[in-house]
Amino acid sequence: MNALLELEGVGARYGPVTALRGVDLTVEEGEVVAVLGANGAGKTTLLRAISSSVRRSGGIRFAGRELGRRSPEGTARLGIAHVPEGRGTFVDLTVAENLRLGAYTRRGSMRDDLARVHSYFPWLRDRARQQAGTLSGGEQQMLALARALMQRPRLYLLDEPSLGLAPLLVAEIFRIVEELNRREGATVLVAEQNANAALRAADRAYVLEVGHVVLSGTSDDLARDEAVRRSYLGY
Amino acid sequence: MTVAKPTLEIPRSPLHRLPGGSQVIVAAFLLAGCVFLAIGSARSALFAQETVSGLASGGIYASLAVALVLIYRATEVVNFSQGAIATFTTYVAWQLMQWGISYWPAFVLTLALAFVGGIALERVAIRPVERASQLTVVIVSIGLLIAIEGAVGWIWSSQIRFMPSAFPIHPIHLGGVSFSLEDVGTIGVTIGAVVLLWAFFRFTKIGLAMRASATHPDAARLVGVRVSWMLALGWGFAAVLGAVSGMLAAASPSVLLQPSMMDGVLIYAFAAAVLGGLESPAGAVVGGLAIGVTLNLLASYVGFVTPQLLLPAAFVLMLGILLIKPSGLFGRPKVRKV
Repeated sequence: MNALLELEGVGARYGPVTALRGVDLTVEEGEVVAVLGANGAGKTTLLRAISSSVRRSGGIRFAGRELGRRSPEGTARLGIAHVPEGRGTFVDLTVAENLRLGAYTRRGSMRDDLARVHSYFPWLRDRARQQAGTLSGGEQQMLALARALMQRPRLYLLDEPSLGLAPLLVAEIFRIVEELNRREGATVLVAEQNANAALRAADRAYVLEVGHVVLSGTSDDLARDEAVRRSYLGY
Repeated sequence: MTVAKPTLEIPRSPLHRLPGGSQVIVAAFLLAGCVFLAIGSARSALFAQETVSGLASGGIYASLAVALVLIYRATEVVNFSQGAIATFTTYVAWQLMQWGISYWPAFVLTLALAFVGGIALERVAIRPVERASQLTVVIVSIGLLIAIEGAVGWIWSSQIRFMPSAFPIHPIHLGGVSFSLEDVGTIGVTIGAVVLLWAFFRFTKIGLAMRASATHPDAARLVGVRVSWMLALGWGFAAVLGAVSGMLAAASPSVLLQPSMMDGVLIYAFAAAVLGGLESPAGAVVGGLAIGVTLNLLASYVGFVTPQLLLPAAFVLMLGILLIKPSGLFGRPKVRKV
């Protein structure tokens, strides 16, 4: 069977700086996969390469189709929801408008989708008319995730959802990711510096160092791995 | 036992909708202006008349100013060719009427043509420099200004023409005051156009996508919005507003239909947009009306202000705003990262 997402020898560069080289990676349907690595290891570039937000080399197949030279909006329309680092919330729009934008490419009523989103994020219901910029950092991160839900994507790309959040909120966000996976069979590729939280939620993980994959395996194996524990888990 | 509170219940601050300090000052300032106009109009018929005709010119400035703001919001570039585009579409309307189409059908047809033309212009002239620096886009827009004004003179000659008015000339009487029906109609049409546009942005999906693209193009792409086309649509709407402004301006005896007819109006529209904060369509409307009324009252009540001094007065006003409050009445102060 073919994987939902297959990367083969993917590379990317910013001017003369190589940010990513020779990355092979697969994500099966219904899997939660983590990409771990330090600052500057290339996690963000990897996700941006998948959503066509950055020029890349190598091949990416999504749902059996070569992504090729697609635009970011074209890639989004294929069913890839990228929640960028720093959330990408539309801060001067209301919460409800942010959610409506998630469903932008679909026709018809959003009522079922909103009900689904509110089942994960009940507090969003009362905030519909609030300007997104007035939400706290954690709330904005959740709104960005909720907007991705509205896209009904086949693949979620989450870039460092824990960035700048209190531990309690980090746990809450990963709880929601797990619930999404359990209830809907959502496929998630999440880039994280917080290896503890990510490994707990993920089935498998890749470790990125200076732009290429140095280690990969199931979360349990990686969590037991001596090198990973020392470098990323802190014990 | 009380139920444990959900950890994420962060109380909503009652302050988040209250205006900040400077907004209170702006609101007080505008309110004072309105009170001044109301009292003046109640006491003097001439004052009331001049106020209404000032509002009418203000409406013309306002629609062109909103057109400038639409494009500025999306690209941070002031479109210098906006006036020339308006002139061109006004000539189109005039030509349609010469061919025997009556005013309102010609008006609507012109708006449709302006919309399509604005989109086409963006695709042909702006799209190729979309990723270039803002200065490049400014230069292209100045080039368009020269090219379009030249084209107008070439096609229709620079001879002055008379644009028919949509409204009858005879005045209406209200109390002891007589208003020109044309002034009242001009105010109505411009306000109507701006309200329609506002409703489009507020209530439709495309309007929402356009707002999102203007402020967060990258995030908009990630939800599947074709940002580049949203910019083209913005040019289309700007051209429509410009056409409204041009057709109404050309009917005024002080402007008439000629290739350079919008040059002055464009300056007033700049001043209006700057006064409103350049990023805020509502600000551009308030700014346009305020400038129209102020200049009209200056010209009729202050002895030394002749019509020739109104353009310099608009410049002085613009300079004053940029020196004292560069973010205008409704704009947000911008923090530039160096």
